[in-house]
Amino acid sequence: MIEWANTIIQGILTGGLYAMFAAGLAIIFGVMRLVNITHGDLIVLAAFISMVVIETTGLNPFLSLIVVLPIMFIVGYVLQRGILNFTLGDDLLPPLLVTFGLSIIIQNVLLEVFSADSQRLKAGALETASIQLTDGLSIGVFPLIIFMTALGMIICLQQLFNRTRLGRAFRATSDDATTAQLMGINHKHIFGLAMGLALVLVGIAGVLMAVRSNFDPSIGPARLLYAFEAVIMGGLGSLWGTLIGGIILGVAQNIGAKIDPGWQILAGHVAFLIVLVFRPNGLFPRTRDD
Amino acid sequence: MTDQIKTNHASSYKVLRSTPASRIGTVLGLILFLLLLSFPAWGDRATIHLFVEIFYILALAQMWNLLAGYGGLVSVGQQAFVGLGGYMLFILTINYGVGAIWAIPLAGFISALISLPVAFLVFRLRGHYFAIGTWVVAEVFLLGFAQIHSLGGGSGKSLPISIIKSISEYRAGRDSAVYWTALFVAVATIAIVYLLLRSRHGLALTAIRDSEEASNSLGVDNFRAKLLVYIFAAFGTGAIGALIFLTKLRISPSAAFDINWTTTVIFIVVIGGIGTIEGPIIGTIIYFLLREPLSDFGTWYLILLGATAVIVMLKAPQGIWGIISQHFDIRLFPIQRRLELKQDD
Repeated sequence: MIEWANTIIQGILTGGLYAMFAAGLAIIFGVMRLVNITHGDLIVLAAFISMVVIETTGLNPFLSLIVVLPIMFIVGYVLQRGILNFTLGDDLLPPLLVTFGLSIIIQNVLLEVFSADSQRLKAGALETASIQLTDGLSIGVFPLIIFMTALGMIICLQQLFNRTRLGRAFRATSDDATTAQLMGINHKHIFGLAMGLALVLVGIAGVLMAVRSNFDPSIGPARLLYAFEAVIMGGLGSLWGTLIGGIILGVAQNIGAKIDPGWQILAGHVAFLIVLVFRPNGLFPRTRDD
Repeated sequence: MTDQIKTNHASSYKVLRSTPASRIGTVLGLILFLLLLSFPAWGDRATIHLFVEIFYILALAQMWNLLAGYGGLVSVGQQAFVGLGGYMLFILTINYGVGAIWAIPLAGFISALISLPVAFLVFRLRGHYFAIGTWVVAEVFLLGFAQIHSLGGGSGKSLPISIIKSISEYRAGRDSAVYWTALFVAVATIAIVYLLLRSRHGLALTAIRDSEEASNSLGVDNFRAKLLVYIFAAFGTGAIGALIFLTKLRISPSAAFDINWTTTVIFIVVIGGIGTIEGPIIGTIIYFLLREPLSDFGTWYLILLGATAVIVMLKAPQGIWGIISQHFDIRLFPIQRRLELKQDD
């Protein structure tokens, strides 16, 4: 019994990481109506940037964020204004195929520069520290930090969207870019900022992921699928939904892994497909995908 | 090929489909086909193998183009059916004693059957999310087949020598048989897509491609048309998958359900020209011309291909064939009807 409780708690904590992956994807879709297939590869890119920063400056992974996040913001802004803004429109094909192409490019450039070797960022004793809850039940400090970060991230985003001028501009542009433009909002700039913000979230998620598990240039697409599944399960347009979606995915994967290691990722996908059958709009739908 | 649908002397106009280019193209196409047909008699073994690969990639590209270019169903998970078809070849020949060549259409048929429940799931997702949903399904197939121990689990399985020998006792005979099958699959795929697009269903699909709302308002059942395309593409892709793994003689989940099957085909179709039959042909030729000299550079070649596809999508979304056909008004596979007015009569 205690073993299963342990499995579920680990799953919930893993879900925090998936929610972080998903939050960036949800913002990009929410504001730009764009599904970014490069998302997973950008998570891996952030991990590699952090690795380079750590190697050159000797900072620890958390402090490396001071350098990684501004870089990710600039990458996002430039990516959006330089390329992705030109793909937006009624036709679904250009954004999909362009981000798909970019995904292949990023993966292979990372492969060329860093090789296919598995990497990991080191955070010292924190990696293995744990809190004993009861006999036989303990939770890792680092997974707990990840989960709390995800919670904090979602609360901040909620505040940003609901209470700030920037958030209002995001919502206005999302609802109707043309009208927002008439009100003096430069929607291209707003899209750039939204992508920059999304990549800051990606940066945080990428670095935390890289401390928690091994990474290499090829793991991006799987992270994209996790993010996507969390977004769909949670319901489009709902930030808290992405957290719930991430948790369902994390718990399903941990339960699957407990039954048979080969079932870990499969169980997550199956949970997603089950939700899709019974609740095609997700568990907490806010906006409809038209 | 002169396909004159209707002549009307009173009002003196003709509805034409064929163009001079398409008539010349048909003649040249037939000559090329006869040349290719006789190739095993005079070609060397390595080139025969290369041609087999060209044929199945071309066929795969046509199927994806039908799905995305005409059906508007941008799937990044067609490797699900490539792998499924491949595994069906192994199951049908090893467990049920089906002949290796006959297993190819049968594998396509089974893929089409399985595509029905898959469509039930992924059709719930629209647009971009449909694309990623198909990818999840392909991953589920990959991980699922890795769990089936009778198929070798994650490490895969080889085709027994007895089955390979059942095609022909001799290596040259097998090479020719596989070559002709591949040629047949490629030509049949193009012919079927062409005939499908010229039919009533093709008209509906072209209408959907141009505007979903307008076609719907004119009485086209968009959902049904898309479902048919999805099932048909699953049939074609599954059969091609069986052919692919008949040439490879060995299958494993990671090779069978490799996203690269779809990646390659997407780049080919985008660069060649999406939504045309000529586009995938041009794209396939470019792909192999680039690949042969650049294959030593491994990843750089993929980076170059990806960058080319991104640039084409941004600067010339109609692709290379789109540019050619616009400038010179050439159509090798005339699908659209053209109105020709006469001055006198």
